[in-house]
Amino acid sequence: MTDVAFSEAELAPPRPLRRLLRTNPLLAFAAGLVLLLVLVSALAPLIAPYPADAGNATHPLETFLPPSWHHVFGTDPVGRDLFSRVLYGTRISLTVAAAVIGFSIAVGLPLGVAAGAFGGLADTILMRVTDIFLAFPALLLSLALAAVLSPSVTNATIAIAVTWWPWYARLARGTAASVAGRPFIAACRALGLSPLRTIVRHVLPNSLTPVIVQASADVGGVILTSAALSFLGLGAQDPTPEWGLMVNQGQAYFPTQWWLVTFPGAAILLTALAFNLLGDGLRDVLDPRRVVGRT
Amino acid sequence: MKLALRDVRIAFEGRTVVALDALDLAENEIVGLVGESGSGKSITALAVMGLARSLGATVTGSIALDGRELLGLSERQLRQVRGRRVAMIFQSPVSAFNPLVRVGDLFVRTLRVHGVDSTDAGRRAEDALREVLLGPELLRRYPHQLSGGQAQRIAIALAVALRSDVLIADEPTSALDVTVQAEIIELLRMLRERERLSILFISHDLAVVAQLCDRVAVMRNGSIVESGTTAGLLRHPSHPYTRALLAAVPRLGGGRTA
Amino acid sequence: MTRFLARRVALGLIVVAGVVVLTFVIARVVPGDPASSWIGPHASPAQLRAARHMLGLDRPLPVQIWRYFRGVLTGDWGLSIHTHQPVLSDLAARAPASLELVVAALLVALAFGIPAGLAAARWRGGAPDALVRLGSVFGVSMPSFWFALILQLIFFQRLHLLPVSGQYDPSLDTTHPLAVYTHMPVIDALVSGNWPVFGSALTHLILPAVVVGAYPAGVIARMVRASVLDTLGEDHIRMVRALGFPERSVFARFALKPALNPVISVTALVFAYSLANTFLVEAIFDWGGLGSYAADAIQSLDTPAIIGVTLFIALVYVGANLLVDILQAVVDPRIRLQ
Repeated sequence: MTDVAFSEAELAPPRPLRRLLRTNPLLAFAAGLVLLLVLVSALAPLIAPYPADAGNATHPLETFLPPSWHHVFGTDPVGRDLFSRVLYGTRISLTVAAAVIGFSIAVGLPLGVAAGAFGGLADTILMRVTDIFLAFPALLLSLALAAVLSPSVTNATIAIAVTWWPWYARLARGTAASVAGRPFIAACRALGLSPLRTIVRHVLPNSLTPVIVQASADVGGVILTSAALSFLGLGAQDPTPEWGLMVNQGQAYFPTQWWLVTFPGAAILLTALAFNLLGDGLRDVLDPRRVVGRT
Repeated sequence: MKLALRDVRIAFEGRTVVALDALDLAENEIVGLVGESGSGKSITALAVMGLARSLGATVTGSIALDGRELLGLSERQLRQVRGRRVAMIFQSPVSAFNPLVRVGDLFVRTLRVHGVDSTDAGRRAEDALREVLLGPELLRRYPHQLSGGQAQRIAIALAVALRSDVLIADEPTSALDVTVQAEIIELLRMLRERERLSILFISHDLAVVAQLCDRVAVMRNGSIVESGTTAGLLRHPSHPYTRALLAAVPRLGGGRTA
Repeated sequence: MTRFLARRVALGLIVVAGVVVLTFVIARVVPGDPASSWIGPHASPAQLRAARHMLGLDRPLPVQIWRYFRGVLTGDWGLSIHTHQPVLSDLAARAPASLELVVAALLVALAFGIPAGLAAARWRGGAPDALVRLGSVFGVSMPSFWFALILQLIFFQRLHLLPVSGQYDPSLDTTHPLAVYTHMPVIDALVSGNWPVFGSALTHLILPAVVVGAYPAGVIARMVRASVLDTLGEDHIRMVRALGFPERSVFARFALKPALNPVISVTALVFAYSLANTFLVEAIFDWGGLGSYAADAIQSLDTPAIIGVTLFIALVYVGANLLVDILQAVVDPRIRLQ
């Protein structure tokens, strides 16, 4: 009987969420924006007026058209509708960001938590290794790797991921180390819990907050980096509708055909902005040291 | 009456956290304000200094120092009261000092803010340190180079140097060892005699309060539930909360009070 | 304190060494033969072998690494395959331009970031706060290449106010030739009293510095704001208020120094970060610095040059961290007097 009551309490809808959003306009706004971007990314084939233009289609008679009702963002050097391409670009950017951050967390989090919780030699080794990776100019490494492997979105993603994970290892390590030092962890061990169980069930969940905040802000960073790589020709290749690539292609015709550079670049800015604001909002909300009156 | 609080209401974001009907501190008296964490003691102390507003609280009622109302005063006027008339010492003595400033420098600067000139200030600082039984060489140290007891004594010395009449001590011994606690309490007693200080001693520790204070007020959930002379309260506590507090005081050799 | 420093330096050197080894390993993965790039496509097998021997490529990898380290310590950083010059002299010629750019960018960032952060903290929740937070988020989210292009559009094409390419007006080379000391036109012109070039160099510096400085400005503003707010909440500030100090004093004399402490570390780290990321801006503004050198090196698979640039940047990064540690020890007596 009591089991049923307990599980029903667990199933109750989380009302605090709505209150949370109301008292934090920044978070609500950013979350809305991010949601919009995700929707655009998912529904691109349905929203884009000329879906074929995101791929191989060319329209030699409609090149370099300025923005108009038919082509909201104008057309590019081979006549493709820029608006559709920018919409499809959302998919690429968000996918790359998800892949890089997913990888970084998957690799960095366990390593960092283990190092922070166990300390000692494992910790020292991890610190030195991440130090080396961090001292390595990330863009340089990405450039080098992207140059070595033939340029493509996938390879650019790999290159960025390789340079990105040390941050998360470091971050996880720092948080895990301070959590592991807390009395309640000692209490767990005193109760006879094995080290592994203690780490997984207690240290890990308590180390997640900074990682979450960092991850949301990092989406912006990854998008900027992948756009930079594409801009240099080391990432996406034509006809892939990647924003950085589009800015690169439009550069030659700048500033007369200004729309070629302006709109894709604005898309990069907007997306990075949205995720950075989200990270900020989350940090404000999740920070345990909020200024509250003390008695 | 040195310090008189009447109908003081303190609210945070619409929620009333303190509803205090009356609290008095007579001249040369030591009054204890006892209660658990969260009972509203510290915020009341800050309100007397006019510092509650900067935390976002709204304060209404009357807080009078020597008959003069403090609650409506401007920032400038309040600043003349702070330190000079009413001094405050805090729970964690070492962290109460700016880690980048030598203790002596802080002393001199504080005295100068209150109109004492530099040469005078240096001398007063040394004299004050001697009063709290510390050597003047400690003035050259940084806060982290002081022990908890030394830091707290220096905080008290500031009040002495400023010639304040009222000292509000917010849990001054809670972060200190028992032996150091005893020294600080003895120091406060001595200063009450010598400097005619009036002290509002805030603590959650009834045992410490019992040693030092003439009268005691018990605070719970923002209100005072009982007050009276220390001896009277200890022997005949009327409010159930007071009784519970007394019962919770550990005594050597087992057994309980009252 | 010297022990503290010695340890830091030792750790730093380990990191640098690790970076170099890592670079060597990556260079190994590079397809293509540096020797044939050096010699050119029409070389005989004997010439190719000779080139390989000269470049030390016929030795096993650990030996190559060891010889490289020995060389680094004696000033021999290898020969650039692309330019056929010693890498070190290439770096000496190209790095100053990037340094000039990054230093200028940091000055811009600090000039904007610190006051902005202070204002946001001082009037928390008000208009300055909202404005600064918005601005700093923009700074941090801005794609630099796009920003550069837009600025070029506004200030060069439309307003004809600022130049967009090179470090100073090349036509001045004939009328007012510049004496070269540091390879930094602004400094060289200032030192030799060459005012036309000085002015030209400054105007050429403005746009690139603003573009590179946007990100650091955002980071610094947010850091200053957070740090000041944190400090204002601390016990010692409450104490000083209770002692009767006016708010102005509390802010300026007691809160400022502890609050600005983290700014030092952030600035040094952001400096190293910006130095490593000047590629795009240098490309767009035709700025002959490290970034373009590195980009060329990567394109032509010029391994010694790539390693040289990487080593240099790693050294800067480690040096910046070391500097931060030293400065923090100087400013904070708690670290100094252990």
